[in-house]
Amino acid sequence: MSAIAIRNVKKSYGGTQVIHGVNLDVAHGEFIVIVGPSGCGKSTLLRMVAGLETITEGEIEIGGRVVNRLEPRERNIAMVFQNYALYPHMTVFDNMAYGLKIAGLSKEDIRARVHKTAEMLQLTPYLERKPRALSGGQRQRVAMGRALVRDPAAFLLDEPLSNLDAKLRVQMRLEIKQLQRSVGTTALYVTHDQVEAMTLADRLVVMHDGVAEQIDTPLAVYSRPATTFVAGFIGSPAMNMLPAEAAGDGRLTLATGASIALRGVRLPDQGRKVILGIRPEHLAQVPAGEADLELEVIAVETLGADTLAHGRLGGGDFVVRLPGSSMVQPGDRLPMAIEPGMAHLFDAETGKRLPDDAPAAAPSRQAAEA
Amino acid sequence: MVERRGIGTILTHLALILGVAVLCFPIYLAFVGSTLSHDEILSVPMPLWPGGQMVENYSQALAAGTQVPVARMLFNSMVMAIGIAAGKIIISILSAYAIVYFRFPFRMLAFWAIFMTLMLPVEVRIVPTYEVAASLGMLNSYSGLILPLIASATATFLYRQFFLTVPEELAEAARVDGAGPVRFFKDILLPLSRTNTAALFVILFIYGWNQYLWPLLVTTRPEMNTVVIGLQQMMPSADDYGNWPVTMAAAILAILPPVAVVVFMQRLFIKGLIESEK
Amino acid sequence: MEKRVSFNHRLLPYLLLLPQLAVTAVFFFWPAAQALYQSVLQPDPFGFDNRFVGLSNFQYILSDRYYLEAFGTTAIFSSLVTFISMATALFLAVAADQVIRGANAYKTLIIWPYAVAPAVAGVMWIFMMQPSIGVIAYYMKVAGFRWNPTLDGTHAMALVVLASAWKQISYNFLFFLAGLQAIPRSLIEAAAIDGAGRWLRFRTIIFPLLSPTTFFLLVVNIAYAFFETFGVIHTMTSGGPGRSTTTLVYKVYADGFVGQDLGSSAAQSVILMAVVSLLTIVQFRYIERRVHY
Repeated sequence: MSAIAIRNVKKSYGGTQVIHGVNLDVAHGEFIVIVGPSGCGKSTLLRMVAGLETITEGEIEIGGRVVNRLEPRERNIAMVFQNYALYPHMTVFDNMAYGLKIAGLSKEDIRARVHKTAEMLQLTPYLERKPRALSGGQRQRVAMGRALVRDPAAFLLDEPLSNLDAKLRVQMRLEIKQLQRSVGTTALYVTHDQVEAMTLADRLVVMHDGVAEQIDTPLAVYSRPATTFVAGFIGSPAMNMLPAEAAGDGRLTLATGASIALRGVRLPDQGRKVILGIRPEHLAQVPAGEADLELEVIAVETLGADTLAHGRLGGGDFVVRLPGSSMVQPGDRLPMAIEPGMAHLFDAETGKRLPDDAPAAAPSRQAAEA
Repeated sequence: MVERRGIGTILTHLALILGVAVLCFPIYLAFVGSTLSHDEILSVPMPLWPGGQMVENYSQALAAGTQVPVARMLFNSMVMAIGIAAGKIIISILSAYAIVYFRFPFRMLAFWAIFMTLMLPVEVRIVPTYEVAASLGMLNSYSGLILPLIASATATFLYRQFFLTVPEELAEAARVDGAGPVRFFKDILLPLSRTNTAALFVILFIYGWNQYLWPLLVTTRPEMNTVVIGLQQMMPSADDYGNWPVTMAAAILAILPPVAVVVFMQRLFIKGLIESEK
Repeated sequence: MEKRVSFNHRLLPYLLLLPQLAVTAVFFFWPAAQALYQSVLQPDPFGFDNRFVGLSNFQYILSDRYYLEAFGTTAIFSSLVTFISMATALFLAVAADQVIRGANAYKTLIIWPYAVAPAVAGVMWIFMMQPSIGVIAYYMKVAGFRWNPTLDGTHAMALVVLASAWKQISYNFLFFLAGLQAIPRSLIEAAAIDGAGRWLRFRTIIFPLLSPTTFFLLVVNIAYAFFETFGVIHTMTSGGPGRSTTTLVYKVYADGFVGQDLGSSAAQSVILMAVVSLLTIVQFRYIERRVHY
């Protein structure tokens, strides 16, 4: 039995459908991150689990119970909101205790649980303060505390870190992960930030236009994106996409007319129109003779650990990540080769990944030769 | 800020002092009148400096008045002002809560029925309102003084505006915490509205205290008069000299409670005034 | 604007609305309907029965010289009260906005007369201006001015205008001051650096930026002069002498309660309702505009 089961859930406002049938099974203690651009329906999905939005079609189960018609309080969940939604007129203690009070716990029980949670979050010195007397990070902790103290069946977190500055966000990200591990409570976490998504998730749900495009582990989503959307959304800088056609002889003909041989990738039948996706980090600078592609560099960004060379190829932007502080200059022509097994092929019509039997992370040619 | 210097500053202060003097003079003169003896007031021109009859005039006004003791009328005014303020706040906060936080059939109809009253002050429909109150047997009663004046949407409008600014997540957090609508209202919304409610109370108290036309009609028995009505009846007419000192003492007594509210709760008063007109 | 969340409860919202709806129905809709109804009826001479007379009550009052006079009186009265109280308040607000020392004391001293009821203001002004005992009346006499508001209609009008305007200055002052303080200082400083003098700055920068406040106060003051000044007029002049201070609201009262002419009074009420609705619509349109400002 899964902790949370979402079965073919749809949502419409008026006549407009915004979620088109999402399926998801969440195991106990699993950390699921729902990620996608704004307007993709990720928050709506979470709010349907919380009971803050009605479910138009389909079923949601929490702990084996269908909760479609249950009020939020009957679902045994706790939620952390983007703006924290702390009750401004209550102290930190009262904020954390409010749900317990309503649940009818005894005064001593409430004290004990709030103090234990506060200890865990290092909030003990602030228990008598009002939210406005706290820093952003402390407020975030109180919001976490309010969820933790209830000991619910699941945590629902709606962009909980997006109101924090960059440094605090990294710190809280780690804390949230550790907390969730230590209490072992199932978590559904919504974010638009792919770094948060990759670092926190046991499994990712990548949503786009009301559809869950891919549900898988972060690494699988990165290495075998199911659609061009997922491929472009996860990974930074985004994956380069080139329209191409299968030539039938183990080669692809690009829209530019160039022809390349792909290694470690199963190619479709001749004449099939495809999209070739290559991540910037899966290209290597090679001697001119061995090049698959040649990039004319327009701009160079030096990041220290690596260098991004921007250019144009086949009418679109193209980025390459070069190791270290490479001495590339705008105007240079870079001969590049695609690392074997690291090319992705999608159907040009549907944007779906073409079936490949190759293992997700095929050993690179260099590794095999070594 | 471009500062004025030297002579300019002095001129500005002079203008303000002159303005304050002109504004305060009628009240000051009423106060002087309330401390003079009958003869002193009738001497032309009357003195512009307080006299020695203050205690006598005020105790006579409070205890005896001309028909009814002013103390009694002050009590009536107090009941009416507090009744109007509290009554309006209670019915308004409840109905604003219903309109903002619930979806139900006929919601828009209720909304418009209530907000129509914004258009028409009681003065406009005074005669039929009087008839309604009379046919309900409300003449010369506190309910007759209070109820018709709370049939107005100003406070409802204010609460509605305020509720719309309360973050939605607060209600959602409360729902997730297990609070139902009554609990959310009592534990979250009411405490959050505290400042607004206090400001509104101050404004409505003054509004209720200063009512004139309605109490004039609805109270025919002198002992039900409010102090503002009573004052008009105490006022000597042009051709008789009446008892001006006691009348002026009553006038000062009549403005004391609302003035105290304005001066001592100035912050709330200004907030209430400016927000209730938005 | 709508809330995204809402509670689901079948009965509760109606219970919450009940008190206000009940009060509104009994003391607003019933009387308003009554006024509309009575405005098309005419009691027979013995007062036994009412007869439907269509719009003839309206026809009657609109051709009534006294009613038209009351219209004129109201127009003059309202414009004078509005102009005098707003101009004085603006002057004081501009001055108060500039002083630093004592600013709060001035503010308090200027706003506290707001607490004085219009009727009490009437009584206080009578005390000051009555020809027999009033101090100001005395000095006017000394100066050679024949002041007699009990007989001279113009004097009576001046009296009620002054008392009514006086009472409203505090209110206008408060809003003007708030409006002035909302103008960004940097704008005024920029104008000063551009070489604009004090008066030019007021005329070309401050006053135009204050226009939302001014317009709002204009509507509020007209409504005030129409309705809330009843207490001033009733205590000071009772609409006289010779109807010279009888405004529309005063006439509704006089015809309805003193003259017992309910049909005419109801028709007058209906006309007043139309006037107020118009004012409200103007105000709402203005609020709309201010939102998109």
